Amino acid sequence: MGTAVTLVKDAPPAARKTRSAAPADRKRRGRRENLAGYLFMSPWIAGFLLLTAGPMVASLYFAFTDYNLFNSPKWIGFDNFTRMFDDPRWQKSVEVTAKYVVIGTPLKLLLALGVAMLLAQSRRGQALYRAAFYAPSLIGASVSVGFVWRSLFSDGAVVDRTQSLFGMHVGGWVGDPDWILYSLVALTVWQFGAPMVIFLAGLKQVPRELYEAAEMDGAGPFRRFWSITLPMISPVLFFNVLLETVHSFQIFGSAYVVSNSQCGPADATLVYTCYLYQQGFKNAQMGFASAMAWMLLLAVALVTAVLFWSQKKWVHYEEDVR
Amino acid sequence: MSVTTVPKSPGLGRKRTGSLVWHLGALAVLAVVLYPVLWVIGASFKPSKDVIGSLQLFPGHPILANFKGLAKGIADISIWTFFQNSLFYALGSVLGILISCSLTAYAFARIRFAGRNLLFSLMIGTLLLPYHVLLIPQYVMFQKLQLVNTYVPLLIGKYLATEAFFVFLMVQFMRNLPKELDEAARLDGCGHLRIYWSIVLPLCRPALITSAIFTFINAWNDFMGPLIYLNEPGKYTVSLGLMMFRDSDGVAANYGGMIAMSLVALLPVLLFFLAFQRYLIDGMATSGLKG
Repeated sequence: MGTAVTLVKDAPPAARKTRSAAPADRKRRGRRENLAGYLFMSPWIAGFLLLTAGPMVASLYFAFTDYNLFNSPKWIGFDNFTRMFDDPRWQKSVEVTAKYVVIGTPLKLLLALGVAMLLAQSRRGQALYRAAFYAPSLIGASVSVGFVWRSLFSDGAVVDRTQSLFGMHVGGWVGDPDWILYSLVALTVWQFGAPMVIFLAGLKQVPRELYEAAEMDGAGPFRRFWSITLPMISPVLFFNVLLETVHSFQIFGSAYVVSNSQCGPADATLVYTCYLYQQGFKNAQMGFASAMAWMLLLAVALVTAVLFWSQKKWVHYEEDVR
Repeated sequence: MSVTTVPKSPGLGRKRTGSLVWHLGALAVLAVVLYPVLWVIGASFKPSKDVIGSLQLFPGHPILANFKGLAKGIADISIWTFFQNSLFYALGSVLGILISCSLTAYAFARIRFAGRNLLFSLMIGTLLLPYHVLLIPQYVMFQKLQLVNTYVPLLIGKYLATEAFFVFLMVQFMRNLPKELDEAARLDGCGHLRIYWSIVLPLCRPALITSAIFTFINAWNDFMGPLIYLNEPGKYTVSLGLMMFRDSDGVAANYGGMIAMSLVALLPVLLFFLAFQRYLIDGMATSGLKG
């Protein structure tokens, strides 16, 4: 840390000089390098074929079958997909997940950026605050925190009582279908520390002179943020948006734990993966669950593609990068 | 850390107010962030009936009954069993990640072989791949191999470098090591294995430590993997033990015990964090910068 971090892509070292040996010699060396490369890579290659590529193909096949794990898969064409689109619980799970992603991710990133900008002003105690704010990101996914969350948002617990002070009686968020999802949103926002740390590192890279020059020209704080900070940190902003969005589509553990393993009440926290889990592992509908998984993959791929497409318009990389 | 130049002060008074506002803002965020952590500590020392309802963060009369109750275990299984299982899973994962990811990263960063760029893109692609697409077929495979209810499905990926994030982290680190090191070693007749083991690995210590701690914490917190693959209480990790506690009879009367166990389950992660927070935060920060 502290050194200027450049956005290095796979930049080939400029004009690598191979000793001008005989071509046969060089060829032999190239072959040896290839062999060494693949030997070092062999665990990854085995893992990729066995645990990633193979299962992906299998999952695509299962998606078009009726399969309960014990009988052999029976080809049923697009039946899983048509059934899925007509399934009110599937629709509900899409709705719940979309709501969670659309509300939770921006809130979390806004808070992360806001606090990062606060901390970037480099006052005393900054390192301490940074560490403390980061801690929830490490424990947030644990079952323990899920229990704590359920307790804090229960009827008569601290959140409920505080809310009652303002004249709103909900009676605990976790028991109320209209509110429980927001306790999950609160849980993800509470973990703003991870993106905050990345924002903070990005903010430190912005040259101070830019601000001084802009201030000299009479640019106010808002203008400075809009014209300097935002473009300068756009690569880390992009990274955070991409990662947080993709991850929040896949929320499972906290929804499962906070809702008492019910993904409810009234399916109010039936996030996509919760339904996938129920279908696949509770109802042994492996075909249907695989079809669901592929729809999730398509959704994530679509969002990723849109983000990558949009970055041309708003993400500014340093000149020598791409 | 760069020492920032203090902007020319527009009057001492305004500067002091600014500083005050800054600290008030930071403290407000801190209070909200730390509240749940302080709450779980305080609640562990409260009688069960006060856990939810009492607004006092720390009880006036702390009790140890919740912790003493844990000694009885959950459903005749000692708490220690769950901790041993989690420890086995976490340390097994750390070992796997350190070996497999560093080998892979070395190949990507320091060996020029045909197809390297293609494989690198594939590896990056798996970073964004939702795990759920692989979940069902992997389960089917491990079920056919009769490996369900063992730790093999949970660990094997760690030994086959499927955690692309750590490969990526190590590649970034290794790329920044001076190339001259390898070349000098090579002139001395060192092969890749020697260079990897005696030069690159020791220099990569920070990246290895970061990966090790993250791996430990991820495995310790992992819930979905054990939930799907382990189905015998004696093999449960702490996460599943906690879930079993919650679903056991009489948990309402022993709510304090459940919260106390939640705290105990969090302790290893919190201690790791306190000891190594620099490595974790810096590792996290760099991952974003070199995207």
